[in-house]
Amino acid sequence: MEYEAVIGLEVHLHLKTRSKAFCGCSTEFGQPPNSQVCPVCLGFPGSLPVLNEVAFKYAVKAGVALNCTVQKETKFDRKHYYYPDLPKNYQISQYDQPVSIDGFLDVCLDKIPKRIRIKRVHLEEDAGKLIHQEDRSLVDFNRAGIPLLEIVTEPDISSPEEAYEYLSSLKNIIEYLDVSDCDMEKGSLRCDANVSVRFKGDKELGVKAELKNMNSFKGVKDALAYEIERQIELVESGGKIVQETRLWDIKELKTVPMRTKEEARDYRYFPEPDLPLFTISKEEIAEIEKDIPELPKEKSLRFIKEYGLSEYDARIIVANKSNADYAEERFKAWPDKNKKPVANWLIGPLAAIASSSNIEISKVKISAQDLLELIDLVENKQLVSNLTGKAVLEEMAATGAQASSIIREKNLVQISDAGALEKEIDIVIEENTRSVDDFKAGKNNALMFLVGQVMKKTKGKANPKVVQELLRRRLG
Amino acid sequence: MDLNTLTAQDLLKKLDSKEISAQDILRSLEKSIKAQDTKFKAYVRTQDFHLPQQSIDYSKTTLKGIPVAIKDNICTEGFNTECCSKILEGFHPPYDATVVRKLKDAGAFIFPYKTNMDEFAFGSSTENSCFGPTRNPHNPECVPGGSSGGSAAAVASHQAIWALGSDTGGSIRQPAAFCGVVGLKPTYGLVSRYGLIAFASSLDQIGPITKDVSDCALLLSIIAGRDELDSTSVGSKGCDYSAYLEKDIKGMRIGIPREYFVEGIGPEVKKAVLDAIKVLEKLGAKCREVSLPHTEYAVPVYYIIATAEASSNLARFDGVQYGLREKAKDIIAMYKKTRDLGFGQEAKRRILLGTFALSHGYYDAYYLKATRVRNLIYQDFINVFKDCDCIVTPTTPTPAFKIGEKTGDPLKMYLSDIFTISVNLAGIPAISIPCGRTEKGLPIGLQILSRHFGEGDLLRLAYAYEQNKP
Repeated sequence: MEYEAVIGLEVHLHLKTRSKAFCGCSTEFGQPPNSQVCPVCLGFPGSLPVLNEVAFKYAVKAGVALNCTVQKETKFDRKHYYYPDLPKNYQISQYDQPVSIDGFLDVCLDKIPKRIRIKRVHLEEDAGKLIHQEDRSLVDFNRAGIPLLEIVTEPDISSPEEAYEYLSSLKNIIEYLDVSDCDMEKGSLRCDANVSVRFKGDKELGVKAELKNMNSFKGVKDALAYEIERQIELVESGGKIVQETRLWDIKELKTVPMRTKEEARDYRYFPEPDLPLFTISKEEIAEIEKDIPELPKEKSLRFIKEYGLSEYDARIIVANKSNADYAEERFKAWPDKNKKPVANWLIGPLAAIASSSNIEISKVKISAQDLLELIDLVENKQLVSNLTGKAVLEEMAATGAQASSIIREKNLVQISDAGALEKEIDIVIEENTRSVDDFKAGKNNALMFLVGQVMKKTKGKANPKVVQELLRRRLG
Repeated sequence: MDLNTLTAQDLLKKLDSKEISAQDILRSLEKSIKAQDTKFKAYVRTQDFHLPQQSIDYSKTTLKGIPVAIKDNICTEGFNTECCSKILEGFHPPYDATVVRKLKDAGAFIFPYKTNMDEFAFGSSTENSCFGPTRNPHNPECVPGGSSGGSAAAVASHQAIWALGSDTGGSIRQPAAFCGVVGLKPTYGLVSRYGLIAFASSLDQIGPITKDVSDCALLLSIIAGRDELDSTSVGSKGCDYSAYLEKDIKGMRIGIPREYFVEGIGPEVKKAVLDAIKVLEKLGAKCREVSLPHTEYAVPVYYIIATAEASSNLARFDGVQYGLREKAKDIIAMYKKTRDLGFGQEAKRRILLGTFALSHGYYDAYYLKATRVRNLIYQDFINVFKDCDCIVTPTTPTPAFKIGEKTGDPLKMYLSDIFTISVNLAGIPAISIPCGRTEKGLPIGLQILSRHFGEGDLLRLAYAYEQNKP
């Protein structure tokens, strides 16, 4: 019997507002404990919440970008549970009138497109953080009250890989909207997963488990894979799956039970009487829509169409908005219609330099003009070889010098003149008789080896194409 | 004449003419409190604070240093604000309620003694205070009403010039009626709730308790107005309600709801209110019978909504950050022990009721249904106010009852608010003013209701009656 998994994800995002959801306290990360608190976010008696309008706008913006219907009227509710990091012992959240509903996000896995429906996007406040010490626990309320966006999918995801793809695409979109940092390590993105298994083709859903405590996208993928396997094995061995919440054990790489349905909390939701209903007009939604930039999917399609990029290149470039903007600026400045060489340089050598210093490519200190000059010298004028070009690029990043002056000073100009290369070619043929024989016997690889030897002799300055041509002529 | 027996308006005249100083008023009140504190217990923790000897310069302010007494559930920076509950023992808020800040800005002196109340405003008699009950100044055997019994008793016994109370289901008006003073519950949203320790957020309002209508208008003018810190506060800067007091009431349309004059109403109360209506008619008001058909549902609806909200609002009192904390082996045990010892019986009863009403599987049958009926009660008023300016009713069915008389029967106690509760459910304003006494000398309250933000009409009618009553 074949099984299939049914997965739904709940993503929590910290919204990137300057102040908290219902008070004026700063949301800055990493400040001394309890230095960003006030009577409101501490839930002191008599204090009252006031909605942060920016947080509300961000929530609408995310809803629109995720193809949701923004509700004309939105309501906040109280969700009750006792926990020492929750100052009021209830969380201001949204129950039956979230900011937006019924959206979708299209993902693509192995070139097969898939639509993941989004059930709801709602706004709520975060709780504080417990710090456990040997004999006591301390609470830091800096995080309490930071606006959270909860994005809930329908159970449309059918594999851990698809879940990973959904999360990557979602993160990508949210980053484009600039409403969250989406940093799982800092806790600004958290993900819970609901998963069940059933026989392939069954209509009814199996009993689900809710997975918590994953701290990376890979963690989500691994936890799901483990849990699906566990559930299938359980069913196979005649066991029964119980509805429960399970924790992903990061060390043991397995899911462990946390609480069963019987122990589930009764949150006693009811409308938050301290906040009015919030209404949003079509005009206001249109205003927010204007603020939504071109999203990665559209951008990628446009890059393919306008700049002739491959799907692969486009996808890499749009994965990060600042990189995409950076790339586009350079595509526009590149005079040729074919932008492929520019894309290659960005994704290849420049990305390598950036990642070795752990920065975005847009932060590498090379001006657009200088970069394009180098690309022109390598690709069009063939003044230096590709290999030399990469070295020049590194030098440019380190010193800020221009490509032409580095090439001039270091005497790196490519040797394309046949006469100037004859001598080196003679020596290489003499020294590598075996490879010469191999080539003559039809081994093409041997030719590449000989080209490499010539390059070595000329310290990389020889034009490899010319060398290859000359060798073929000599040995042919 | 002792200064403590005067109204704020009278004192202002004397302060204006430099006949007296703000310090003189304080001294006079101090004397009065010393003489009556043990007898009536209008205030709590009178031993813990001392009134200042030196008065600051109030000469350029509106209120010129006239003291205001504040109910123990309204936050006063640096002073105890404990809701007369053991669970908030020692709580000194690091902030003033908006009303307190407004009063300070207007030059009021904030009394460091807070007025006694039913724990978390849960009650109608001020018997549910962890500091012990307040007694009625007109008869110490009787309750002063509640939950703002301390504020009403303090004003009635001249231990305060005026005071602030809070009203969730009648907690200003009922004690005002029992103590023979004026008490007003403003339109929901007119006065900021910021700093009022919440009982039921959708019903609570802070309001004045004063010796006469003129003081009531003045105090309301100072505390009313939109507050950025309270999202449910509405209206602009507020207005000068004293301006309404000059007008006559000729042609004012007054509704007398038949549902308020049924069985259970004391004969003396009924007679006093009907007499008052005659006075109003004589002044040119047009009175006629009206109907508020959903009145009978007000008490059950109220006790579902108010307890549901209370159970949520009181969840934060858990011993973690402030107030009482009982030592225990783990966090759950600490919660349980702290809340067990910290809350009184009535608080526990209401938390249980409210928790039940919000529970999974019961929400629709109780809370949701109650909110629907609440809307019907609201509609009743909207309909009546289509052709009425005000509604006149008794404030309470009977005058002040004996201490201990209803403590054993919560339902009986709840029913003493039967005439005041609808007003909170509908969010409209209402005032209680004295309209005579029983044979035994207990005060009777006349309640006047008006449409949302109809405080002007309300005060105008109340003032006209006050000036012309026999």
